[in-house]
Amino acid sequence: MSIYYTEDHEWIKVDAPIQNGSIGTVGISAYAAKALGDVVFVELPDVGLEMDKGDEAAVVESVKAASEVYAPVGGEVTEVNEKLEAAPETVNASADADGWFLKMKIADADELESLMDEAKYKVYCEGL
Amino acid sequence: MSDQKQTETKQTSLHAKHVELGAKMVPFAGYDMPVQYPMGVLKEHLHTREKAGLFDVSHMGQVFLTPTNKKFETAAKALEKIVPADIQSLEPGQQRYSQFLNADGGILDDLMISRLAMPGYEHVLYLVVNAGCKDADYAHLNKHMPKGVTVSVKDDTLSLIALQGPRATEVLGVLAPAVRDLVFMTHTDLELLGDMDTPVWAHVSRSGYTGEDGYEISAKHEDMVRLVDELLSYDDVEPVGLGARDSLRLEAGLCLYGHDIDTTVSPIEAGLFWSIQKHRRSADAGYLGAKRVAADIADKSTKRLVGILPDGRAPAREHTEVQDMDGNTIGEITSGGFGPSSREGAGGPVAMGYVARKFTKAGTDVQLIVRGKARPAKVVKLPFTPHTYYRGA
Repeated sequence: MSIYYTEDHEWIKVDAPIQNGSIGTVGISAYAAKALGDVVFVELPDVGLEMDKGDEAAVVESVKAASEVYAPVGGEVTEVNEKLEAAPETVNASADADGWFLKMKIADADELESLMDEAKYKVYCEGL
Repeated sequence: MSDQKQTETKQTSLHAKHVELGAKMVPFAGYDMPVQYPMGVLKEHLHTREKAGLFDVSHMGQVFLTPTNKKFETAAKALEKIVPADIQSLEPGQQRYSQFLNADGGILDDLMISRLAMPGYEHVLYLVVNAGCKDADYAHLNKHMPKGVTVSVKDDTLSLIALQGPRATEVLGVLAPAVRDLVFMTHTDLELLGDMDTPVWAHVSRSGYTGEDGYEISAKHEDMVRLVDELLSYDDVEPVGLGARDSLRLEAGLCLYGHDIDTTVSPIEAGLFWSIQKHRRSADAGYLGAKRVAADIADKSTKRLVGILPDGRAPAREHTEVQDMDGNTIGEITSGGFGPSSREGAGGPVAMGYVARKFTKAGTDVQLIVRGKARPAKVVKLPFTPHTYYRGA
């Protein structure tokens, strides 16, 4: 499994083999969850939604403000984490795992190349 | 919140303490203020409702009105020219909430007005005004106070904190048992942290802006750091930032200047009718804006500030459009977010906003347009969390 990060703090996990049509799981990083503060609501997209890279995929609302979650790469939403509707605090408790937002069928696997790997993302956060 | 240009960011006397406590500092109304501490907004909110939260509100303006003839009536009559509240009937030790209005009846600021109780100072009025408006407020006071009333701004001398929550009286009562007997909206001056060499004198009022029982405490800058250290040494007391202050006051249905109230609305539209005593409600009551207040009381067509409870869990933030069930725009949200203690403690979204007069009845169904989607909501009575003010044993 590989994990990639965007500069907007979304992550996408993809199991090998990584190719067009692979399923990626999308969430926000622990760094982002901490910065947002206590999450109180998550608005998820409809299954079947076709997104381009950078499109609004979801909205996460904390006690402080509403923030958009963008599609890290283009593709089609295949599943959403319905548990977040009743338990949005899962995003804070487990941003990297149980707090995932959606799964998507990746249209163009080459788009993953433009994202950061874990080591690069760590350096990126340290510079913020 | 303020229209004034912010030149340099000011610090309160507690700034170093906030940093030491690990607060996240943000610019607010010209000051570098703690928005939250490591506990986080949600837990700070709940801690205040369950135990006691300590807030630095030293950015607010503290100003005294002193009549040179030492007659309370002189100061009271002068202030009654620019606020709707009855001031002349204030007894020493009493406090009242009111607003500065412009000539059109729009709200310039909201404020607390107290008549001092210290022997020899019972003719003096003490005002606490919003940080974002205070420079304009001082200019307004200087313009409208007659020669015989001195306006003394004490921001260079005095700090202000609030200790709010069900355990506040127990904690502060250890320092000065007399504070336990104060009832809501009364105050006294006494020695806290008494020791013979360096006593800390404080002005203690049983009030606040969270809906909880509690106190606001004014003391000299150099004494406040010591007092805060003492208060934070109690397990029940945690520091609370501006983030939770906002969710607490919203749940309590209390207006925030620059959001729920400003110069475009009258106190009647803002639901502050209760703060205007009966004989001050007529057009000839003699204060700036009285005509508008009387007209808005008579005219049932003006908008009103109401509580709005969204169905479901999606918060509706400030500026969210409010529609009737047919899709017509009827108003706008002015404060909206998450109320951790609302819905009998279950938590959920809460909001306040203005709607056209015929939609103000509690139970009225409305729709909120959140990110382009109409979401159902209901007009409800404020507050979202019951007030727990202490009104006497």
